[in-house]
Amino acid sequence: MKKLLSILAVSVFAFSANAGTLDDVKNRGFLKCGVTTGLAGFAAPDDSGEWAGLDADMCRAVAVAVFGDRSKVEFITTTGKSRFPTLASGEVDMLARNTTWTISRDVNLGFEFVGVNFYDGQGFMVPSALGVSSATELDGATVCIQTGTTTELNLADFFRLNGIGYEALPIETNDEGKENLFAGRCDVYTTDASGLSSTRAAASNPDKWVVLPEIISKEPLGPLVRHGDHQWGDVVRWSLNAMIIAEELGVSSENVDAQKSSNVPEVLRLLGVEGSYGEMLELAPDWAYQIIKQIGNYSESYEANVGPDTPLEIARGLNALWTQGGILYAPPFR
Amino acid sequence: MRSNLNFFSDEKFRSIFFQTLVIGLFALGIYFIVQTTAYNLEKRNIATGWRFLTDPAGFDISFSPFINFKSTDTHLDVYFVGVLNTLLVSVCGCIAATILGFLVGIIRLSSNWLLVRVAYIYVEFTRNVPLLLQIILWYSILIQLPRIKQALEFLDIFFISNRGIYSPRPVFENGFSYVFIAFILALISSYIIRRWAKKRQDETGKQFPVISTAFGMIIFVPLLLFFILGSPLSFDYPALKGFNFKGGMVIRPEFIAMFLALTIYTAAFISETVRSGILSVTKGQREASASLGLKKSWIMRLIIIPQALRVIVPPLTSQYLNLTKNSSLGIAVGYADLVHGFGGISLNQTGQAIECMVIVMATYLTISLTISVFMNIYNKSIQFKEK
Repeated sequence: MKKLLSILAVSVFAFSANAGTLDDVKNRGFLKCGVTTGLAGFAAPDDSGEWAGLDADMCRAVAVAVFGDRSKVEFITTTGKSRFPTLASGEVDMLARNTTWTISRDVNLGFEFVGVNFYDGQGFMVPSALGVSSATELDGATVCIQTGTTTELNLADFFRLNGIGYEALPIETNDEGKENLFAGRCDVYTTDASGLSSTRAAASNPDKWVVLPEIISKEPLGPLVRHGDHQWGDVVRWSLNAMIIAEELGVSSENVDAQKSSNVPEVLRLLGVEGSYGEMLELAPDWAYQIIKQIGNYSESYEANVGPDTPLEIARGLNALWTQGGILYAPPFR
Repeated sequence: MRSNLNFFSDEKFRSIFFQTLVIGLFALGIYFIVQTTAYNLEKRNIATGWRFLTDPAGFDISFSPFINFKSTDTHLDVYFVGVLNTLLVSVCGCIAATILGFLVGIIRLSSNWLLVRVAYIYVEFTRNVPLLLQIILWYSILIQLPRIKQALEFLDIFFISNRGIYSPRPVFENGFSYVFIAFILALISSYIIRRWAKKRQDETGKQFPVISTAFGMIIFVPLLLFFILGSPLSFDYPALKGFNFKGGMVIRPEFIAMFLALTIYTAAFISETVRSGILSVTKGQREASASLGLKKSWIMRLIIIPQALRVIVPPLTSQYLNLTKNSSLGIAVGYADLVHGFGGISLNQTGQAIECMVIVMATYLTISLTISVFMNIYNKSIQFKEK
């Protein structure tokens, strides 16, 4: 009987585990956010052991929106392979793990991409001593490739399309890729161009490595949540949008207090001075103010983590605002 | 009430009752698990079904010595490549572990102090360090070998680098099939001669030089035919072209790491099994055969080993099963086995976790049961034949 009861209890628990994530997070007291095992600029522990990066900021922004406190986050590391089961099983509340938005992940896997926090594309990195200047010269090369990623599929397509051969060396994590590339087990490492910049920055001698000019795919990277919990999806989506809108409106962590007395209506709505947008999301009225105050706007997060002044040296490019030649765009705050 | 109580004091009824209850609860448990899973999958909009098996995989596999795999092949092909790679490393591992295990087991019973100590340290070290660490250790050593451009070369035809060991590949030309047929025929006739010789010896006591006859037949007949047919065999030599060696054969470091780790780890266990098997044969057997004037090597081969095998084979079977299942650790170094390819990449690219895992589990079950069946047949054949 005991067994039967426990089975019943377990199944009832499983049935109810899908209820409101926002309530679960609030009751738990902190956010569980799935990140990479370590990709400098996106999510990696910094010198003081704190998680830092564009994706880490995304996690913190959601924590600020819910709790008003950037430290109320538990970072859970996931590999390219484990990230989806981890999210699907409820082990994490959201993923901010440089994950590419694709139709099959959005539809078939039962997830919901809430936006794009980095527009990326797949590139190749080789030792400069190899003397290669284009990816089409890579016939017969051994390529390190993270399994279970979109880049793995793009790689096969690219070489097929160009009618050249290669040998794949499957790896699980970025660190494994680095190790194999630096040891010469593979000639080329391919992943998102941002990931290559990050890997190059971590090399003992970055000048020894070149990123080839070809970008062979679209990789819109963004945070995702489980499909079906729209309330929670909205919280994450608008935490990201708030950062983008803040940049557009010129609101930053430094001037946010002064902006509270701005005469621009959208700024007042964003900062919770006018309207009841926090209430709609079941968050505090000043949720967006707190995000900007504690994390900063999108530009601040970008410049601090991946921008030209960081070791990654990635120019804004596609990730500039739509008003400045990029494609970063958020729906209006009203 | 009273009669009810009597029912329970009936041993037969009681045992049937409780067995039914346990099976019933078990079935109920399974039912709940299946129901809950199906419900949750549906609720989370996760598509289920087997259709993905015939979809193109879209990725390449690093190691497929038997099937020429292309990224346009299906997930089902990924599965077959994985099964073959799992079987390859398992079969190679089982054979090598048996040989090494027997050697070490016998060495540990020898009277050479140094050898015994070395074997003892080997067994205790490998048995007590997790296999995963050993696999990673071997792999880490192998990728520190010279880079491809500085590959060590032997006789200009063998090359060793951290991308594998390259060797010439035999190319069979017209007529080689006759040599192969001759080889098979020689094997079969050697077997027949052996049976005939044994029967004759049992009946008349006359011996026949089976081993040298068989050796001559198996080696020289095909070799003679080979030269008569004008050496229908050539070699494709590896040569460094561009990024990698082209031509020849290559054994990848991922395979070598798996093979070494599985062999060395399992052989330690097998050696203990062998040692216990030999020790289980009483000293009297050895003394009795010695007093009959048998040669020392004969005592081992005809008296000790046949009796020891009865003790050795059942635990040996479970070592083979362990080795096969442990080959799934290949994922740690990117060896393209069943778990890595189909149970990993296909699973992840399609998201069909439950389907892939069910197939992978059923496959391991089938492989394990097959090994068990054959080992049980072998075990029966070496047991005492009571007359």
